[in-house]
Amino acid sequence: MPLALLKYGLSSKHREDPHFRWAPELKKSYDVVIVGAGGHGLATAYYLAAHHGITNVCVLEKGYLAGGNTARNTTIVRANYLTPEGVAFYKESVELFRGLSLELDINIMYSERGHFTLAHTDAAMRTARWRAEVNKHLGVDSELIYPDDIARLCPTMNMSDEVRYPILGALYHPPGAIARHDAVAWGYARQAMRRGVEVHPQTEVTDVLIENGRAVGVETSRGTIHAGKVVQAVAGSSSLMARKAGFRLPIRTIPLQACVSEPVKPILDQIVVSGSLHVYISQSARGEMVMGGATDPYGLYSTRSTLDFKEGLMGHMLELFPFMAELRVLRQWAGMADMTPDFSPVMGLTPVENYYIDAGWGTWGFKATPVCGKRMAECVATGTQPGLLRPFALDRFDRFDLVGEKGAASVGH
Amino acid sequence: MKIMNCPLNGPRNISEFVWGGDIKPMPDPATCSDRQWTDHLFIEDNIAGIVHEWWLHAPTNFWFVARRNTITDEILETMTVDRFFQQTAAGPAGEPA
Ligand SMILES: Cc1cc2nc3c(=O)[nH]c(=O)nc-3n(C[C@H](O)[C@H](O)[C@H](O)COP(=O)(O)OP(=O)(O)OC[C@H]3O[C@@H](n4cnc5c(N)ncnc54)[C@H](O)[C@@H]3O)c2cc1C
Repeated sequence: MPLALLKYGLSSKHREDPHFRWAPELKKSYDVVIVGAGGHGLATAYYLAAHHGITNVCVLEKGYLAGGNTARNTTIVRANYLTPEGVAFYKESVELFRGLSLELDINIMYSERGHFTLAHTDAAMRTARWRAEVNKHLGVDSELIYPDDIARLCPTMNMSDEVRYPILGALYHPPGAIARHDAVAWGYARQAMRRGVEVHPQTEVTDVLIENGRAVGVETSRGTIHAGKVVQAVAGSSSLMARKAGFRLPIRTIPLQACVSEPVKPILDQIVVSGSLHVYISQSARGEMVMGGATDPYGLYSTRSTLDFKEGLMGHMLELFPFMAELRVLRQWAGMADMTPDFSPVMGLTPVENYYIDAGWGTWGFKATPVCGKRMAECVATGTQPGLLRPFALDRFDRFDLVGEKGAASVGH
Repeated sequence: MKIMNCPLNGPRNISEFVWGGDIKPMPDPATCSDRQWTDHLFIEDNIAGIVHEWWLHAPTNFWFVARRNTITDEILETMTVDRFFQQTAAGPAGEPA
């Protein structure tokens, strides 16, 4: 045994290929330059290569691979939105997520848990009923359930009346899931790079080159690059990037915080959200309680954590799950969420020709990573706004044609 | 807990205040184009740096102006609305840093 182990250790055969083969030099020009190597930028690159045969593509990232919001989110995936446009869009994402481990050949640990949106007021019950009906109509599994069923499905929840906000019911969405966020981004990156896409970390885009109203390239911290088309997918920096391209967005940048507890044995198998109390929780595969709340009360370009956040969160959390009082918080962090007035993203064409945008993902963009990549790639390849993205076009604000998802995103994801 | 200085009530806990967003001039709804109006309603400068913005002290319903750095989370100055408009008779709403 020791000898076999020694032989194994000294042999190089068992080593997998390195995950990523970075291209050391930047070329002078690419068919498509994607700014931002988060899940969205990488997925867009993958689908451009895999579905449209466009491989002369580079993804530029000012930090490291998928170190932005993709690495900071609480990984909840669901399709139980409020508007028909939103439900149709996220439904396609859930379908793609289900096959993603196989498609990308990496275990994204997709785990369907059942997702509860608790209601503590009559108004919240009405919204839950409304969402359940819209969802069912579009073929998404959601229903309004009452305290008996909640107690049966989620036995660790405190269903007592002796609390400040007793639970009246919940929107129950069985397909609600969590996934390993890093694996999603790495999977897309690796498969895109296998097809010839280049990913360049530590490469900041500092300006967009525009000629006669059309984007022709970008200025970077490593020199000028020409581009047939430019895609911006920079999450919390969307307004700053769009300004470089010469237009403004309906976006305010506001921090969103989260935290995890020390790991414990499995005790919570569901994803529980309270829209009225502004808290949510799920247990990760390694046993940590992953928790978050609403966005910060004012705009900021920063990822600092605050005590206010934890105090506000725990006040309500302990009412729902008294056992949480025993647990210590292990880590806390924040990401920058780009909030739109209608709680819906901005995707597709922009006022600048050959310049495409993927922004306004606020607190809800991880669950959209596959569908967004797939449809943004289609948009870039064809130069037209795909049907599924039409409601999310930037010009909806000029037409007063907003996609009001606020009722579905009251805790912000 | 972060403290904000209300020009009417003095230093108070930030949780007593409500953020009102950028100060921006309102176009005349009777004469402006639809585009100017939707721009005013929805589009933001969303500046990373020093901004002037509306804040409300909720318990006393008192609106005032704060000069704030949106990168460092520092409140640089708070002032009454009168003082702000005297100071910036023709001034800009934000100074990009
Ligand atoms: C605490 C928290 C919890 C969340 N929970 C959920 C959840 O449960 N479910 C859900 O669906 N969503 C959730 N979200 C939202 C989700 O994380 C984001 O919407 C999503 O990750 C956005 O992906 P992205 O690829 O667009 O952005 P990112 O992963 O942020 O990637 C953008 C990249 O662009 C880079 N960049 C910026 N400027 C430049 C530049 N000038 N040049 C080059 N590169 C640049 C950044 O460094 C970054 O790596 C949460 C967010 C936060 C902060």
